[in-house]
Amino acid sequence: MDWVGDFWIPLIKGIIVVLVLLLGGAYMTWGERKICARFQVRYGPNMAGPFGILQPLADAVKAIFKEEIIPSHVDRVTYLLGPFISFAGVLITFAVIPFGPEVDLFGRTIGLWIGDVEIGLLFLVAIAGLASYGVVLGGWSSNNKYSLLGTLRAAGQMLSYELPLGAALLPVALLVGSLNLRAIVDYQGNWPLVVLQPVAFIIFLIAILAESNRSPFDLPESENELVSGFMTEYGGIKFALYFIAEYTAMVVNSAIVATVFLGGWKWPAVISDLHPLAGVGLFVAKVVFMLFVYVWVRTATPRVRLDKFMNFAWKFMLPLALLNLIVTAVVVAFV
Amino acid sequence: MIRDSIVGLWQVLRAMALTLRHFFTRPVTIQYPKEPVPLYPRFRGQHQLLFYEEGPYKGLERCIGCSLCAAYCPTHCIYVQAAENKDGVQRSPGERYAEVYEINMLRCMFCGYCEEACPTGAIVLRREFALADYTREDLLYQQKRLQETQAPNAIIRPDSVDEIPGTGKAPRKRRDRS
Repeated sequence: MDWVGDFWIPLIKGIIVVLVLLLGGAYMTWGERKICARFQVRYGPNMAGPFGILQPLADAVKAIFKEEIIPSHVDRVTYLLGPFISFAGVLITFAVIPFGPEVDLFGRTIGLWIGDVEIGLLFLVAIAGLASYGVVLGGWSSNNKYSLLGTLRAAGQMLSYELPLGAALLPVALLVGSLNLRAIVDYQGNWPLVVLQPVAFIIFLIAILAESNRSPFDLPESENELVSGFMTEYGGIKFALYFIAEYTAMVVNSAIVATVFLGGWKWPAVISDLHPLAGVGLFVAKVVFMLFVYVWVRTATPRVRLDKFMNFAWKFMLPLALLNLIVTAVVVAFV
Repeated sequence: MIRDSIVGLWQVLRAMALTLRHFFTRPVTIQYPKEPVPLYPRFRGQHQLLFYEEGPYKGLERCIGCSLCAAYCPTHCIYVQAAENKDGVQRSPGERYAEVYEINMLRCMFCGYCEEACPTGAIVLRREFALADYTREDLLYQQKRLQETQAPNAIIRPDSVDEIPGTGKAPRKRRDRS
């Protein structure tokens, strides 16, 4: 067994990616407050360090040193497991996303991805569904009516968005002829898939907003009618874990959109051919752009009602996604 | 359903265009302790008891302890206790002066009637607005405190006034932040 190639390099890559994701998630809380503030003609956090960049650090310290409270009426094990499932699910998702080409480092050729999985697209959808269990279990085990209502909404929402989400990814698989994310990125050397599949892109974007519980689909949390939804009974570091899971999920979901629809690290090839790291830069730029879109949508939309969202998902998004799939299939088969 | 969905998507895009326009404007926030607050020229803040600055009574208190301000005050927040001026120690030009002059800032509603009632122009409402404190006693402002010159962290909007009262400085021209 090649210990260096098969064990140490993936381990180091994994650790680096997890750290970067954590940092990205933490800084997304800052970025969101900052961007959101500018949309609302405010400054946002600007006291902790220049431009408030130490704000996530201050928040983390505060969350860690808060008193650890486990309410007596909760289902202890599940209650404690909730945030971890959410968080782990989010981190695992990133395992199949390629964030750069192969590079030569220290005399070895290292691919800038963690797992080169043949069923990458399927893996993404599966793990994304798994991460929702963190929300559902956490809220349900809290034994609190607000949490339960938030959980019910999370469950209803999950049933609604998962199908359009999957159906929007199928045309991509048809066009590329592979579920491997590296193959999908390679396919987009000339044109990103958003040009070939605009309908799928829009449906996927809406579904992914729902998946990361973001406005206008932040129904499980709904702080103005459900206190804090499934997070009501969580405090201190457990709350922080849910919180950072949500923001890391935003980062990861943006990475998925960037990889599947915006050409990943490859498009435009003029830039990514220059240097392997230019490709990574492209990827990061696209992720940041998608994160900006997340916040942008949030500032512009009110929360939808659950029944309206289910209507929209089942009667509009899903048929449209299926129609798009059929058209794509016909085009792929006969043209 | 289909119509509603398409209209809804279009509305969301319109809303996003609107918020994006605001993204590129300057924030309207005033970084208060670092930046002064722009006040309107007729803003009414904390009271100040004045002295004669010139003329034959130079240096004497304007207040003659007549209690008209206390009588006129709608919230009864002013308490005046007058005393006779003795020969040699003249505190005000008239026969009497205010020995105790208290304003209960918890009650005051800054209507400015005391200013109107005062026959000698002794009490005026100035622009100090940072009046928070920790105890009730501290908010019962005594004469001494009311006589102090105020230096509010504020500027007057430059539409009619060319000097900030109490500071002698000209108000800084503010950039239009629309």
